[in-house]
Amino acid sequence: MSLKDIKHITLVLSGKGGVGKSSVTTQLALSLSLQGHSVGVLDVDLTGPSIPRFFGIENSKVTQAPGGWLPVPIHEGQSNEEQANGHGKTLGKLSCMSLGFLLANRGDAVVWRGPKKTAMVRQFLSDVQWGPLDYLLIDTPPGTSDEHISLVETLLKSATPEQLAGAVVVTTPQAISVSDVKKEINFCKKTNVRVLGVIENMAGFVCPNCSECTNIFSKGGGQVMAQEFDVPFLGSIPIDPMFIRLIEEGKRPRYPEGTIIEGQDMQANNSTDHEDTSGLLVEKYSACSLCPLFSGITKQLTTQIER
Amino acid sequence: MAPSLEEPVQPVDDALNTYTKKGPALSATEPENCVGPQSEQAGKADACQGCPNQQICASAPKGPDPDIGVITQRLAGVKHKILVLSGKGGVGKSTFTTMLSHAFASNIDNMVGIMDTDICGPSIPKMMGVETETIHVTSTGWEPVWVSDNLGVMSVQFMLPNRDDAVIWRGPKKNGLIKQFLKDVEWGEMDYLFVDTPPGTSDEHLSVNSFLKEAGIDGAVLVTTPQEVSLLDVRKEIDFCRKAGIKVLGLVENMSGFVCPKCTHQSEIFRATTGGGGKLAKETGVPFLGAVPLDPRIGMACDYGESFFDNFGDSPACKALKDVVRRVGEEIGVPANEVLGED
Repeated sequence: MSLKDIKHITLVLSGKGGVGKSSVTTQLALSLSLQGHSVGVLDVDLTGPSIPRFFGIENSKVTQAPGGWLPVPIHEGQSNEEQANGHGKTLGKLSCMSLGFLLANRGDAVVWRGPKKTAMVRQFLSDVQWGPLDYLLIDTPPGTSDEHISLVETLLKSATPEQLAGAVVVTTPQAISVSDVKKEINFCKKTNVRVLGVIENMAGFVCPNCSECTNIFSKGGGQVMAQEFDVPFLGSIPIDPMFIRLIEEGKRPRYPEGTIIEGQDMQANNSTDHEDTSGLLVEKYSACSLCPLFSGITKQLTTQIER
Repeated sequence: MAPSLEEPVQPVDDALNTYTKKGPALSATEPENCVGPQSEQAGKADACQGCPNQQICASAPKGPDPDIGVITQRLAGVKHKILVLSGKGGVGKSTFTTMLSHAFASNIDNMVGIMDTDICGPSIPKMMGVETETIHVTSTGWEPVWVSDNLGVMSVQFMLPNRDDAVIWRGPKKNGLIKQFLKDVEWGEMDYLFVDTPPGTSDEHLSVNSFLKEAGIDGAVLVTTPQEVSLLDVRKEIDFCRKAGIKVLGLVENMSGFVCPKCTHQSEIFRATTGGGGKLAKETGVPFLGAVPLDPRIGMACDYGESFFDNFGDSPACKALKDVVRRVGEEIGVPANEVLGED
C-alpha cells in the first residue's frame, strides 16, 4: 500500500471551479516544503489537470517502476549545509502526480464516464510510490461527484483516521461562489471528513499603479461562511499579478520599493544577482508577496493537524 | 503489479455511442474494465466472465435509447439550442449564459430559456434572482421558472429542499436527471435555449450531447480567461467538441483586463502570456467572438441576481458583451436587429 508511509493526507476542495484550488494547493505545497516538510501533490482533476502547469513541469512524464508509478520530482530535500536558497531554512522534498503526465498531447481531451474516473482515482491512490512523506496534498476538481466520492471512499477504507487529516476548503468572496462552497462543506459533514479551515482567495486586487485596493470579487464572504458553519477561517489571499507572472512565465516576483507585507519588506528579498527566471520555483516563490501569508496559513494548518 | 500506461484514454467514439443506448438494470456495480452494459460486447467480453451482471447484460435489449425520440419531440418547438462550455471552472460560463439570455430576452419578441446542467454546483438560479423558487408540475410536464415574461429557467437547485445541500451523485444518476430535464420540462415554443454546463469533459457533457443530437444543437460557445492555465483546459474542450461533432460557434475571452476605478490604469490580472483567447482561436480555427473586460459590477449584479445589462448599460463591459452577443447571433444566422431589441 503506497499510502502507509504518509503521515498526513489533506484534501483541497471547493464546490466552485476556478476559485484557485490548484493555486492554493501549489502554494501550500511550496510553503510546507519551505518549512522543511516533505510534500507530495496528487492532482485528481482528471478532465482538467492544472498542477503540471503550476509547477512548470508540463513536459514531464511519469516513470514506471516495479510496483507502481514514480511521481515527478520538483526538487529534492536540502539539509542545512547544502542549502542554496539562503534563507537559513531546510527545504523538504516535493513531488507531483497528475493525469496530465499520462497524456500524449497536452491538448487531448479526457472524455471519461464515472466508473473509469473511479478506477483512475483508486489507481492513483494505490499505485503511486510516494516514499515517506510528511504531507500529501490532494487537489480535486470542482463539484461533489464521482472523483470526490471515490476519493473519500478509498481514503476512508485504506488510510487510517490519523492519516486523513481533513480538508481545506477554498472559496472566493462572492455570494455565487460561497453558495457552491457551502455544498462542499455539507459534503464533508456527510462523509465525516474534518474541515481544517476555509481560505478566501482572490480577495482584493492592489492596483500596481496607484496602490488602490479594489475588491473585484467583493469581500468577506469566506469569513462569514466559516463562522456560519463553525469552521476555522485560515485567511484571505489577495490577487497578486506577480504570482501569476511567476507561474505563467517563471519570473521572480519584484515589487516596488517599500512594499511591506506581514512586517516583511518584500524589496529586501530581491537579491539582484539572480537571473530573472533562474532558480527553483520554491526559491522564487519565497520572493512572492503571498509567501508570508501562506507561511502563516501553513503554520495554522500544521498545528491543527499535528494537535 | 505495475499498472499499465498504455492507452489510458477511452476512445471518445465509444463513450459517445454507448450513451445513446439504453442500459439494463444491473444487480451489482460494474467492474473496472467493464465494456459497458450498452455495448455490443456486453456479456460476451473477457471482462464479463464471472461478473454477476453477465446474464443481465447478455440478455438486455440492444439498440438506441427510446427516450431520444421523446426528447426530440419535446424540443421540437425550440428553434436554437446553444451550449455554453468551458474546460475550466470559474471562467464565467454561468455569468456569460446569464448575460447572453438577458441580452436575447431584451427583444420582447424572443422567447428564451436556460437549462442549468451543472448539478453539483448550480449557479444560474442565484444569478437570475430566482433562488427560492420551486418547480411547478403540471399535467403536461414540469414548468420552468419564469424570470420575466420571456425568460424561463430550469435548474436542479429548484428541486433541493435546502439550498446548501450537497448533491453527492455519481455519473449515471446525473445523466438520469439531465434526461428527465430534457424529457419532462415543458419548454413550449422557444426561440433560444441556452444550456449551461459544468466544467470538464465528462458525464454531463456526454449525455447532453447524445440526448440532443437528434433534436439538433446549433453549436457551442466556449468561454475562457486569458491565462494559459485556463486555455490549456479550453483546448481540451475544443478537442472534445471536434470529436463529438459539436459545432464551435466561437470563443469568448472573459476577465481580460481590469481598469482601476481610481486611476483608470489598466492591469492585466490574468495575463495572456501565450497570446490569450484570440491566439487560441486562430490556432484552432475557431471564430473569436470578442473579449469582455473584468468589471466588479458584473460580479455584484450576479450576486444580487440582477441584470447587468439593465443596470449598467453604458459601461465598457456591457458594450463588449453586446458585441459578443451580436456575433453569436451572426454565427447562428440570426440578423443583428432581431437579437437585441432596442438597437
